[in-house]
Amino acid sequence: MGNLSLEGAIEGLKKLLIPNDKDEQLNKELETKIEKLISELLGTTPPMYPELFSELAKHQTPKFLVFACSDSRVSPSNILDFQPGEAFMFRNIANLVPPFNQLRYSGVGAAIEYAVVKLNVENILVIGHSRCGGIDRLMELPEDGSTENDFIDDWVQIGLPAKAKVKAEFGHLPLDEQKRECEKEAVNLSLTNLQTYPYVRERMARKALALRGGYYDFVEGCFKLWEVKSIITTPIHN
Amino acid sequence: MERVEHGTDLFDEMKQRFLSFKKHKYMQNLELYEKLAKDQAPKFMVIACADSRVCPSSILGFQPGEAFVVRNVANMVPPYENGPSETNAGLEFAVNSLKVENILVIGHSRCGGIRALMSMHDDVETSSLIGSWVSVGMNARVRTKAATKLLNFDQQCKHCEKESVNCSLVNLLTYPWVEEKVRNGELAIHGGYYDFVDCAFEKWTLDYKESNPIDKSGKVAVKDRAFWF
Repeated sequence: MGNLSLEGAIEGLKKLLIPNDKDEQLNKELETKIEKLISELLGTTPPMYPELFSELAKHQTPKFLVFACSDSRVSPSNILDFQPGEAFMFRNIANLVPPFNQLRYSGVGAAIEYAVVKLNVENILVIGHSRCGGIDRLMELPEDGSTENDFIDDWVQIGLPAKAKVKAEFGHLPLDEQKRECEKEAVNLSLTNLQTYPYVRERMARKALALRGGYYDFVEGCFKLWEVKSIITTPIHN
Repeated sequence: MERVEHGTDLFDEMKQRFLSFKKHKYMQNLELYEKLAKDQAPKFMVIACADSRVCPSSILGFQPGEAFVVRNVANMVPPYENGPSETNAGLEFAVNSLKVENILVIGHSRCGGIRALMSMHDDVETSSLIGSWVSVGMNARVRTKAATKLLNFDQQCKHCEKESVNCSLVNLLTYPWVEEKVRNGELAIHGGYYDFVDCAFEKWTLDYKESNPIDKSGKVAVKDRAFWF
């Protein structure tokens, strides 16, 4: 085989497609096969599943509603390889879900309503991550409520209950470690807030919807996953 | 029992996908990931729909570190005067902290949010959160209804999907710190439209000099229009 490089192979194949009066005319089938091979080598192969794409063109039936951060490093399609049609994906700063409110945060509410009521997703997954700028800001919010920006502080203050919990339990740790804890605690807060949406509660009650939290640590290269479970004990005797 | 098992299958699959990502992408590009672990410096902010079929990483191949992505219902950007929302919190962070050089708003075909906008009654106040949110695109609906009287409802929705992108581009300029950077040439604003029925992508750039940011009707001048198929 020798030292055949990818570029060399592609160039060699392309030469076969150049019409040459001296050589025999490549027949159409052979030409198609060579073009397909070139596109595979270039990584530009057309979709292998045209039926999937024509189905998706009509409607989507994702099994997941995913909340993820807008951070450029944490696209769930990259790290969890979500394919077209699999996950209805809402991305915002610090992957926060505010509690149900008909007057504010209609953007998040619209996404939950659409995914749960119209698309009937079976799973909601909230994914937090390491080195989150939104959680950084939450943990550094001035105690006096002053703000130096128009909208960021108003948004991240949704996470204040998570910050309070972290300060209470881990206030003795360096701020950086508190931030790591808050990244995970904010996911739990979002999972709790999700349950204030009537349509989420209703579907969870009849076990048609499951809630899970996730945490992507791109410093260590690991992913944690956990589930929200509610347990009803047997009656307590009197 | 069946549902729990089904859920477990899905997450077993997810585990395999993450481990595959770690083996084939993360470990193969450790230097990049170590650099990204310290900081992100994306050149793009992308505002796209939450629709499961239109992930910008999938269709435009954004790699880790390249694009700060906000996804909401119908890829809408509310104007400055509407007050705080998750979308403009993301916008403020991307423009003022990350100092992105480009904002790209991507609309798409068969958008349920736009369909909901076009289906709303004119005079009924909606109690649904979907209705409250997509009302941000009301200008796009008004312009569409005026321009497409002879088209059927599906065709009107398609027109509105693109009109709504332009509406969002105009709304971006209502943010003072966005307008300032666009005026100084530090920030460019682009619209995009992904048609997954025919698999084509259209893109255009806001021509700031020719646009009138305070024209509430949503007129926007564009340049560098491209059509990829």
